[in-house]
Amino acid sequence: MEFNQIKKKIVYHPVLLAGIALIAGAMLVLADAGTRDEIEKRKAEDLQASLKQVIIAKEHDNNLLNDTIILHEPLEHTDPETGVTFYRARLQGKVVAAAFQVIGMGYSGPIYIMMSVRSNGSIMGVRVISHAETPGLGDKIEVAKGDWIERFQALSLSNRTAKQWAVKKDGGDFDQFSGATITPRAVVRAVHQGLLYFKTHRSKILELEAKHG
Amino acid sequence: MADYKLIMRDGIWDNNVVMAQMLALCPLLAVTSTATNGLGMGLATMAVLLTSNVIVSLLRNIISQEVRIPVFILLIATIVTLVDLFMNAFMHDLHKVLGLFIPLIVTNCCILARAESFASKQPLAPAAMDGLMMGLGFMLVLVVLGGVREIIGSGTLFANAALLLGNGFSFLDMRLIENYRGLLLMVLPSGGFLALGFLLAGKNWLDIRQADRAAIEAEKARIAAINAIDEDGVDPRAQP
Repeated sequence: MEFNQIKKKIVYHPVLLAGIALIAGAMLVLADAGTRDEIEKRKAEDLQASLKQVIIAKEHDNNLLNDTIILHEPLEHTDPETGVTFYRARLQGKVVAAAFQVIGMGYSGPIYIMMSVRSNGSIMGVRVISHAETPGLGDKIEVAKGDWIERFQALSLSNRTAKQWAVKKDGGDFDQFSGATITPRAVVRAVHQGLLYFKTHRSKILELEAKHG
Repeated sequence: MADYKLIMRDGIWDNNVVMAQMLALCPLLAVTSTATNGLGMGLATMAVLLTSNVIVSLLRNIISQEVRIPVFILLIATIVTLVDLFMNAFMHDLHKVLGLFIPLIVTNCCILARAESFASKQPLAPAAMDGLMMGLGFMLVLVVLGGVREIIGSGTLFANAALLLGNGFSFLDMRLIENYRGLLLMVLPSGGFLALGFLLAGKNWLDIRQADRAAIEAEKARIAAINAIDEDGVDPRAQP
């Protein structure tokens, strides 16, 4: 039979489509296998880079990525399924600080924030990892665009009252930006919630129940 | 024999994806806040267009008319996913900037349009040329629009070019206006629409001016011919 005649048969169309889908699927499987390790490596590097910004390097001697604990208790805007991952910084085996991600609801979607808290409950560092806030107005929360985020350093639940954990417009202690109040408000709220979460689960995160070692 | 000069002219100017066909405006406006982003998105789109045109052209004899659209979409989606995976693995920093937009290339109607209206009817070489030239035309618009918005919006040009092209290209990264506070409007999407409007107006102005000039030239030639008849009373065209 001529190829053109085969082409006109009704069964040709699904066979063609299936054949091409099969080839496409095979290509994707191959490409996925070929790039998966590389992509995982890049992701780990990203994570390490953001951890480095909030955990002071000389204050710990372990690999943060290998020392984690995941808590599934609810935290604002975090999916309890994935939970909150705490990366623990140790000095000579003792947990001195832990870094974790909190999420604030900003003006245009979630703001992902990495923060680290010392074992005494004070903040070691806070950095915004990614956000979609208005450039030029809300993006002053980035350390590259301003020092606002540095303000959190050494603050804790004991040296600031619950009322003070808010922007000045709401009667709190933190500056808002001209033209952008929602963004800093979201960041302050998220960091405050993070501190409360840390306080509630402090013994688990710091391994206080466990024996020495 | 295909007319490669015509394909080239069509892709870059006469039938430019953005400036003539007015397609792909969503990715165009979304990524062109800097020239570097525009270049990255342009290169990715060009790679997809070229590959999809080549494959569609190779398969044009076995693809039946009835299922051609699903086959094209399947092919394009596969190619885009491959580009996405490879960019994520080997150009990770750029992928962080463009990552959101790469999967959107699937919905870039210009790729399906070229597969349907050109590649499925042409042999390999012209189809590849068309993909390359349409992609180049799109990329040029992305870079120009990104450049204009970047210069006016933040006073820089090709910021972070090294992320895209490697450290050898860091010389492209320029700060054109020192201590510039930036014009927020141009960075926001509304600035994209504004810049695109001026770009289209500019292209139309050039085209109209050229058409006018051609008309004047033709008129001059006609008058010269009439004058030649008047002067010696003999029509020069009548000469053997």
